Amino acid sequence: MFNSLHGRPVPPAIGAKIANPALVVIAVSGDGDAYGEGGNHFIHAARRNHDITYLVHNNQVYGLTKGQASPTSDVGFITKTTPYGATNPVNPISLAIVSGASFVARGFAGDVEHLSDLIKKGITHRGFALIDILQPCIIFNHKNTFQWYRERVYKLESENGYDSSDKKAALEKALEWGEKIPIGIIYRKELPVYEDQLPALHKGPLVTQEIAPKRAESLLAEFM
Amino acid sequence: MPVDFNFMVGGEAGQGVQSVGFLLAKAFARGGYHIFSDQDYESRIRGGHNFSRVRVGDDRIGAITESVDILIALNRDSIELHQTEMADGGVIIFNGEKVKDIGSNGSLFSIPLERLAREKAGDKVVSNTVALGAALALVDYDREILNTVLIEYFGRGKIADGNIAAADAGYEYAKAEYRGEIRHLKPISTIKRMLLNGNEAISLGAIAAGCKFMSAYPMTPASPIMEYMAAKSEALDLVMVHAEDEIAAINMAIGASYAGVRAMTATSGSGFCLMVEGLGLAGITETPLVIIDGQRPGPAVGLPTRTEQGDLQFVLHAHHGDFPRAVIAPADVEDAFWVTARAFNWAEKYQLPVIILTDHHLATSYATVEPFDLGQVTIDRGLLFSSRDEEPSEYMRHRVTESGISPRALPGLSKALVVTDCDEHNEEGHLTEDAGERTLQVQKRLRKLSSLKQEISTPRQYGPQKAETTLIGWGSTYGAIHEAVDILRKEGASINMLHLSELWPFPAEAVADALSIARNSYVIENNATGQLARLIKTETGKDVSGKILKFDGRPFTPAHIAEAVRKEAVKDGDNVRLCRPSTDVVSGLRQFRHPESVK
Repeated sequence: MFNSLHGRPVPPAIGAKIANPALVVIAVSGDGDAYGEGGNHFIHAARRNHDITYLVHNNQVYGLTKGQASPTSDVGFITKTTPYGATNPVNPISLAIVSGASFVARGFAGDVEHLSDLIKKGITHRGFALIDILQPCIIFNHKNTFQWYRERVYKLESENGYDSSDKKAALEKALEWGEKIPIGIIYRKELPVYEDQLPALHKGPLVTQEIAPKRAESLLAEFM
Repeated sequence: MPVDFNFMVGGEAGQGVQSVGFLLAKAFARGGYHIFSDQDYESRIRGGHNFSRVRVGDDRIGAITESVDILIALNRDSIELHQTEMADGGVIIFNGEKVKDIGSNGSLFSIPLERLAREKAGDKVVSNTVALGAALALVDYDREILNTVLIEYFGRGKIADGNIAAADAGYEYAKAEYRGEIRHLKPISTIKRMLLNGNEAISLGAIAAGCKFMSAYPMTPASPIMEYMAAKSEALDLVMVHAEDEIAAINMAIGASYAGVRAMTATSGSGFCLMVEGLGLAGITETPLVIIDGQRPGPAVGLPTRTEQGDLQFVLHAHHGDFPRAVIAPADVEDAFWVTARAFNWAEKYQLPVIILTDHHLATSYATVEPFDLGQVTIDRGLLFSSRDEEPSEYMRHRVTESGISPRALPGLSKALVVTDCDEHNEEGHLTEDAGERTLQVQKRLRKLSSLKQEISTPRQYGPQKAETTLIGWGSTYGAIHEAVDILRKEGASINMLHLSELWPFPAEAVADALSIARNSYVIENNATGQLARLIKTETGKDVSGKILKFDGRPFTPAHIAEAVRKEAVKDGDNVRLCRPSTDVVSGLRQFRHPESVK
């Protein structure tokens, strides 16, 4: 277990996965960490479709630092750093989809069974899997409460004919927020995985490969 | 008479200055000569003024020098900017059909480069090679060697054939038309040496040491390292990830290293600024890491394609809090290979970040080097966890030990659970705020530095053991100071050199001893404030007599250093003085005038 810096679990997760693809690599963040401080890493990890799973505990607030607004706070959310109300929030689902993520799901901490299943599917999926987890912060977020969510979330699985491989349909679902909030697998597609196109990994994990200085001999000749 | 012959190729960006310079260097290296070749170019893709110097000698060379014997001027600016640098008997090859009314400098030798290219080789695009052939004729060099080099460079085929025809045309023309004295530079041996620059040496050192993972973001002058690693990734079974930014670059390398692979990243000062946060992550999680900082003039964007030694104090202190690191600054191309290969051992043995400081001058200058003896590259992975020595269920990543080094288990390769944290942690690696645990971990980490200190060698010395004056330098100034000592000793000066390539842990005793022996000591640095001088003061308590500083983005030359030392020698007192070279010795001040201002 590697507890990394705020905003930075994704890059070390990528490094570890490439060093040893036999490892199951799961990165865990909060919403500020993933969509604020780590926003750039999030976009590019999705774009390159690295084979890691990203669990984001999204409570729409910065809890540990005691209640400031986060990138996903609803419009108008009043906090000490947003006395006039938070502005337009990041939409992590649509952001993940357009960035190129191959598995984009949203879960709810109030439905652990459903969430567990999503996490399992994300882990077994080959490619970048985002599970944005709606997880109320009972201390600092009095707007997006368990009650608030229960009134709004609905499962995509119970919607007939929803095709999660249809990007346009997925983007439409991604934009649904407010009165109705879809949870489940919003987008899923088998796409080229970054690690698959690294010839070095075809021989096995980097970590178990031999270190042999003599292998550089042929390179020296190129400079003579 | 020892051979010390200087070529220069000048032109606009995009004209092929670097290619011509490289081919010249290669041709003479093949003839057994020692080479030192640097690149001076602007931060632009077209236009401006670029030049490359190729210094050819029959003994090892470690620096460039001012005077030019043959200048291949691919445009007018090159003539106007460099004609006062020509040595006696020097020749300026230029295309008189394109550059007219250039004055009557005795060095000028006009060759119809484009006409010959079109007539003899079918295309004016090879006019540079016409000049190349002509230059070789003026020194009576073996043209077959150049032809071989051209075939290797372009690959067998029409392009190589066209270039060979062009080179022949230039050679014949010069032989027939040149009225001046022909120097004779014949091949001197068939010894096969490598011709490479600092970036290439570092890449080779990393590969030889078993570096299997590199993540980086392009930044001059370090980008060629990531490009070389990418080019060799399939053949050598390694991975190079072009990260989205330098923050990702260092963090990816840390993740790969945590998972058990030798990993590195490379950047320049501004990129290292972004990596500073990650540096501390490596420090507190005790994750081995090698970071190359190719210095260039700062702060901020500074001079992107030029050289400086301005990051020393920065990398020594970067990040908040106290934790151990190593800082090494190779002296030359050969040193860069060995320092890099050894850096991975240090990183893994002591489980800390190792920063290698190079600079644009070292990164991009070519030198001839005897082929590296790969049998001398040792691999030491340090204290690795083994289930034979320890129960996996009892494994603690940050176990407190006498040396401060904890056995390192690699995640997933055994039943040991490997936990670490960027927060302060206990021996198991779990977050803790306990005062006692905190104290133990801080002390443990710092203790590792005492072990690392045993590995530091004494700084290099050159010249007599005891001398009146000692010149002190670090990193890429090695060659220039070395040669300056030769120049001054020939004049009867009592002088030697102390040169540091290991900066942290600092060899305080050796430096203090050297300072107590010499009457005068001058630190020679490519920065504005004398960063090594400050380090010497903090670590030994001693002041140096003076500082010779250059921070115009250009490297020192031996003559410049020698002149500065002569000036220092006549003044009294301990005043710090900036070095102003005398104009009849050095044309340095002319080098950075913008072409427009010449008219």
